[in-house]
Amino acid sequence: MKLKQLESYLGNLDQFTDPKVELEQYPTGPHIASRMLFSAENSFGDVSGKVVADFGCGCGTLGIAAALLDAEYAIGIDVDSDSLELASQNAEDLEVDMELIQCDINNLEWKGQIVDTVVMNPPFGTRKKGADLDFLKMGLKVASQAVYSFHKTSTRDHVKRTALRNFNVRSAEVLCELRFDVPQLYKFHKKKEVDIAVDLWRFVPQKNQERVAK
Amino acid sequence: MRLLTHNMLSSNIKGVTNGFPLLIEAEKFIEKTVDFNPDFLKNMYPKIEWKALVSAATSMGYNQLPEEVEPSMLESEEFLKKFHHALLELHLEEGALICPETGRRFAVIKGIPNMLLHEDEV
Repeated sequence: MKLKQLESYLGNLDQFTDPKVELEQYPTGPHIASRMLFSAENSFGDVSGKVVADFGCGCGTLGIAAALLDAEYAIGIDVDSDSLELASQNAEDLEVDMELIQCDINNLEWKGQIVDTVVMNPPFGTRKKGADLDFLKMGLKVASQAVYSFHKTSTRDHVKRTALRNFNVRSAEVLCELRFDVPQLYKFHKKKEVDIAVDLWRFVPQKNQERVAK
Repeated sequence: MRLLTHNMLSSNIKGVTNGFPLLIEAEKFIEKTVDFNPDFLKNMYPKIEWKALVSAATSMGYNQLPEEVEPSMLESEEFLKKFHHALLELHLEEGALICPETGRRFAVIKGIPNMLLHEDEV
């Protein structure tokens, strides 16, 4: 599947109608979502035929993108039941299978090394400090191959330091810098739409013995 | 919820040490055909807790999996097809997952297990 085609499929997904600010629910736009999964598949082979988990899946964009790129098994995890219902509907509309689990990412208790790749657009931690790194920490525990994540470009050094020192990753690499469009969703948003700079990261956990970033 | 998911879910209640595997209380389950991919199954086989898969499949009415397995069985297409069916084609739609240690029920509604914890369980 071509990048443009993937982006256009994702553009048709239903988004939150009533977003919850305490969960930092911002839709993952089709532009950045398609780029994450396209890079993961075409540069690193981390999607097709793999088990891919989408942490904080919201309406399911990243997990569905993984399924569209032939992930053998896609799993979306979110704490919010409205999001999961939307994700389920979106997956059904695009005729892809996606497993859904309602759980707080911080309380995940998974056995074994079944998940190959974790993809996520974590809460950026503007409401709850460090929320994005909590997600990352859990992602690295679960994934055996790689974790893909977005973090604000302004936090690049901090993310890298934390990943290498505290989470003991094998490698932490910014693949590209993207613009994240934040539409005016909440009352406290004064501007109609802002875009913030985010980095697309690829982290490789220690347990990945064979595949180090090319 | 399919049984590959079941094979990694564990009771996440604080203090629980033997939270795996969760017991399945099946009220409604369905079967959906998935493309047969032997390479995926061979790759997945060493990561699967076999006993948990057998008992989960049994509680969903599927009794065709052998109790004991060894890697040489992966050469048999007949075995792989059964493994494929149990792992990827059985869906628990309504019911519950039960913590083996505490008996706490995690509801499964519209195929989605609810693993949210109460305040005193975190």
